[in-house]
Amino acid sequence: MAEHDITLTVNGQLRHGRAEARKTLADFLREDLALTGTHLGCEHGVCGACTVLVDGAAVRSCLMFAVQAADAEVTTIEGLAAPDGSLNPVQDAFREEHGLQCGFCTPGFVMTMHAFLLDNPAPTDDEIKEGLSGNVCRCTGYQGILQAARRAAGVMSS
Amino acid sequence: MKPAAFEYHVPETVADVVAIVAEHGDEAKVIAGGQSLVPMLSMRLTRFEHLVDLNRVEELRGIERSNGDLVVAAMTRQAAAERAPEVAAVPLLQRAIPFIGHFQIRNRGTVGGSIAHADSASELPAVTLALDAELDLVGRGGERRVAASDFFVGTWTTSLADDEVLRAVRFPVWEGRCGFSVDEIARRSGDFALAGIVCAIEVDAADSVRRAAIAYFGMGPTPMRARSAEAALVGSNPSASDLEEIGRLAVADCSPAADVHASAEYRTSVGAHLARRAVERALGEARSG
Repeated sequence: MAEHDITLTVNGQLRHGRAEARKTLADFLREDLALTGTHLGCEHGVCGACTVLVDGAAVRSCLMFAVQAADAEVTTIEGLAAPDGSLNPVQDAFREEHGLQCGFCTPGFVMTMHAFLLDNPAPTDDEIKEGLSGNVCRCTGYQGILQAARRAAGVMSS
Repeated sequence: MKPAAFEYHVPETVADVVAIVAEHGDEAKVIAGGQSLVPMLSMRLTRFEHLVDLNRVEELRGIERSNGDLVVAAMTRQAAAERAPEVAAVPLLQRAIPFIGHFQIRNRGTVGGSIAHADSASELPAVTLALDAELDLVGRGGERRVAASDFFVGTWTTSLADDEVLRAVRFPVWEGRCGFSVDEIARRSGDFALAGIVCAIEVDAADSVRRAAIAYFGMGPTPMRARSAEAALVGSNPSASDLEEIGRLAVADCSPAADVHASAEYRTSVGAHLARRAVERALGEARSG
């Protein structure tokens, strides 16, 4: 099958690639753009590990094709910290509160929480749990993640 | 977990979509938000030679009022509909959307995509059926308007022809003293519903039921209307004990299947409780209006 030319903005930089239409955005980011911070867990939209922002909205990058992201602005976990390396408030909160163990699900949780808090900077605890319900973690037991979310919410709303 | 290869089409007008779909027949599939289709492709539960992407068809987006209906264009994102102030005119729709998947799913998923996909456990087909919404379909032969009761044929099966696409859904706006309720039972927030219900009630000045609409999801191969319970409600002023009977009547119109998530018996039991509770809440809201 034919390959498609794909031009998009990733983390503020214009990027080009060629891919078959069936290549997901997640695979394109990882294999073609070498942005391996986006992780793939289930590859069918259940685990949330591959969450990125497309035109500002958090989406599962395994559930869209790279060709569909042509001309879009994509933000991945690599694009969250400031250029000088200082961490985004959500990243910082995950570190402070031990919101991770093995770290595999973490990029998805951080991207989800980042988008969620931009939309709702002062969430209730129930809203935080609802907001995180589309992401799966198999080691923390979630308590550190919830603590990190509460801390990040406090920082972002103040 | 990689989809089989397909040829990708990205038309910008409905006319072009119809031309491509008509040319390739059942070898072509339109992709809306892709939140159900892409997993099915990735797991190779299905495959198509041609995928026709609707995401660049601007005329398939938007929400407007027309002749008392709320008309939602098919490619309106669920997240956009969730936030649109106009959607408050159809509380069943507004309240059902947050039950769909997770917010990341709703950012991509579309109102029309969910309805055309016709998963029997999904929320929007039940809203469409309960409200007697109409669906605008467009195909090679032109446009036609189909009642929701004629649209849902079976699991993942609708009356859309191979050369047709869903253009918009017309949700009737209920005026007057109305109340609404949406509820579902799922193991975790965002999971497929084991059983769910949508309910709309209108009462008259004396608090008697003038109109009742109840539809289940996850309780049969398609969304199911609880016609017997609706008929029993209209003209009555039900007490709490009457509502127990309404629950039993409602679930009697369903034929839930057993699967790995729940037995048919469990769904029937839960379905009766859901109906009682949904009617109670909708009735309470209508009476307080």
